[in-house]
Amino acid sequence: MTSIVPKEQSSERKKDLSIEEHEDFRLFGLIAFLIADGMTFAGFFAAYLTFKAVNPIGPDAIYELELALPTLNTVLLLVSSFTFHRAGKFLEKDEAKQCQKWLLITGALGVAFLISQMFEYFTLPFGLTDNLFASTFYALTGFHGLHVTLGSIMIMIIWWQTRIPSGRVNNENKFPFEAVELYWHFVDGIWVVLFIILYLL
Amino acid sequence: MTISLKPSNSPQEKLQPTGWLKYLSFSLDHKVIGLQYLVCGFLFYLIGGSLAGAIRVELISPLSDFMPREVYNQVLTLHGTIMIFLWIVPVVNGAFGNYLIPFYVGARDMAFPRLNAVAFWLIPPSGLMLITSYFINGAAQSGWTAYPPLSITTPAAGQIIWILSVLLLGGSSIFGGINFIATILKLRRPGLKLMQLPMYCWAMLGTSILVVLSTPVLAGTLILLSFDIVAHTGFFNPSLGGNVIVYQHLFWFYSHPAVYIMVLPAFGLVSEILPIHSRKPLFGYTTMVFSIMGIVVLGLVVWAHHMFTSGTPPWMRLFFTIATAFIAVPTGIKFFNWVATLWGGKISLNAAMLFSCGFIINFVLGGITGVALAQVPFDVHVHDTYFVVAHFHYIVYGGSVFVIFSSIYHWFPKFTGKMLNENLGRFHFIITFIGFNLCFAPQHWLGLNGMPRRVAEYDPQFQLINQISSVGALLMALSTLPFLWNILQSILYGNEAGDNPWNALTPEWLTSSPPPVENWEGEAPLVLEPYGYGEKNSKNTQESMK
Repeated sequence: MTSIVPKEQSSERKKDLSIEEHEDFRLFGLIAFLIADGMTFAGFFAAYLTFKAVNPIGPDAIYELELALPTLNTVLLLVSSFTFHRAGKFLEKDEAKQCQKWLLITGALGVAFLISQMFEYFTLPFGLTDNLFASTFYALTGFHGLHVTLGSIMIMIIWWQTRIPSGRVNNENKFPFEAVELYWHFVDGIWVVLFIILYLL
Repeated sequence: MTISLKPSNSPQEKLQPTGWLKYLSFSLDHKVIGLQYLVCGFLFYLIGGSLAGAIRVELISPLSDFMPREVYNQVLTLHGTIMIFLWIVPVVNGAFGNYLIPFYVGARDMAFPRLNAVAFWLIPPSGLMLITSYFINGAAQSGWTAYPPLSITTPAAGQIIWILSVLLLGGSSIFGGINFIATILKLRRPGLKLMQLPMYCWAMLGTSILVVLSTPVLAGTLILLSFDIVAHTGFFNPSLGGNVIVYQHLFWFYSHPAVYIMVLPAFGLVSEILPIHSRKPLFGYTTMVFSIMGIVVLGLVVWAHHMFTSGTPPWMRLFFTIATAFIAVPTGIKFFNWVATLWGGKISLNAAMLFSCGFIINFVLGGITGVALAQVPFDVHVHDTYFVVAHFHYIVYGGSVFVIFSSIYHWFPKFTGKMLNENLGRFHFIITFIGFNLCFAPQHWLGLNGMPRRVAEYDPQFQLINQISSVGALLMALSTLPFLWNILQSILYGNEAGDNPWNALTPEWLTSSPPPVENWEGEAPLVLEPYGYGEKNSKNTQESMK
């Protein structure tokens, strides 16, 4: 078992914790950001559902969407939420190696999701500009894919930061880790909603 | 108790050039950023005002002879976009919010100083980009609403630049909103309760909630619109199966709350200014707070009243009519409270007070026409006419811009340590007030008689009223001159203001003028009753005057 951070550095950090950091205003900023991000998706969902309700040609009328790959994607993301949580538990216990292992698995699951989504794109019989529903489909999944990409990059950064001795992510300074974790759970939650609206409805 | 109120990893000292240079550099000090917002916004106000002048010159005669129609449409679009996204929204939120909120919550800086600086520095480039689009291939021509299919069929370059710059400005606005929420809710000085905050904090909290909830929807909509233009998708293109009404719904889900993003902070600023200059406590603090939150909630559910003529079904019209009319209730509460604050006070009619009273008069007029416009039969009659233009300008110019001037007269001594010339200020108010009403009041008649908005040519019967309106616009333009002269004079030769020229109790006046980088020498004062005027032994004086 190795400690994630040298002892003297951690005590130094603790000393200049000020009142605000105990109250953690940063969490409020993050939640406000996630609400804002969620509203973008809400706008897209509202647009999609309206198009579906108002316009006669829906994707189900022309195309039958394959469910295999999106279901696999859902499982990948849900499992990755769980593995991220595992990594957090090990970070709290100061077990760096275990934490890094689970983070790496989480990042790999994120990348696997992206690869699987790319496969799905290649197998789809319609392109971006074919019709209205093709456009909305790609806009929604593409925008979510962008979020997964950014999340995967952030997970890799966190992983790197827990690896190097001078890294800023450790048991004493968990906020970056928690921020990425919250973001990742948020992206997962959005995917579940997206999966229901786009593929199941 | 020795607690540091400074963010522990604050990089302030490192990035702090001194003297005039600090206003042109990437500073992290909330006061510098606030003034950067203010000056930058004012420059854009001058540009947007010149464009408005061009519009009024064009409308002096019924024929389109001053500029080609294409250019007229570009000028109209740029005027609207600049005034909303580059002047009013950044100034009432960014400028005064950044300057005052840390004082009001008793903090040394905003919650996220770097994010704050980034939010400001997004504005000048996107504003310049928007204006230079005029010289590239013609600016956007579809009005500030950018309704498709018009925005898809007009030349693409200008429209894309318009979308990009509005996206950047929206991003800046969201960053600011996140910062204000975190600062107000979590950075308060220990011992200061939410219900003891000055009213401007509440206004900014409500505004920031609106910004966070509605601006991303506009961003998403504009991204889809840009796909339509660049990649020829069909979201809003009827010929490809798209639906333009969906664009209108999504657009107004932001742009109706945007009105409150422009006036709620103005409400807050007026609530600060009136008690000080009438030496009375703010009447009905609690009702003021709840009316702000009521406006926030109602403001989010009334957007479709902009679309009564877009073929909305009757049940929707009914719901949105009722919801819109209901907003008059919390707004009315605020007006009665302001009047009650003035009632029996020792009113000093200085420039700040005059502009605030002008705001009350103008905004009541705009509010009354607003209630009228909420009624479907009336709205169908005057939709897209000059009546709407008059109503809108009574709200945003008579409301927000009057308050911006009022606030500048009120806080200028704090910003610079110098007093402004009150007589010049009163002169400025009189010309602005007369010019404003001369310009926009006749437009109600134009609209009721059927002159459509956004046109360069009109029926000759409207010529006289249009000319009166243009004279008013000229007066408004001229009114900027005494103001600028006043500012210049005051900065160069003004009288020293002292720390607290108005004998105010709000926290920003309990430090030196201009304030030091850390806002206070020593510990921040704990102001529990920001409006405790005229009351002996208020808790406030015991705490802060030690």
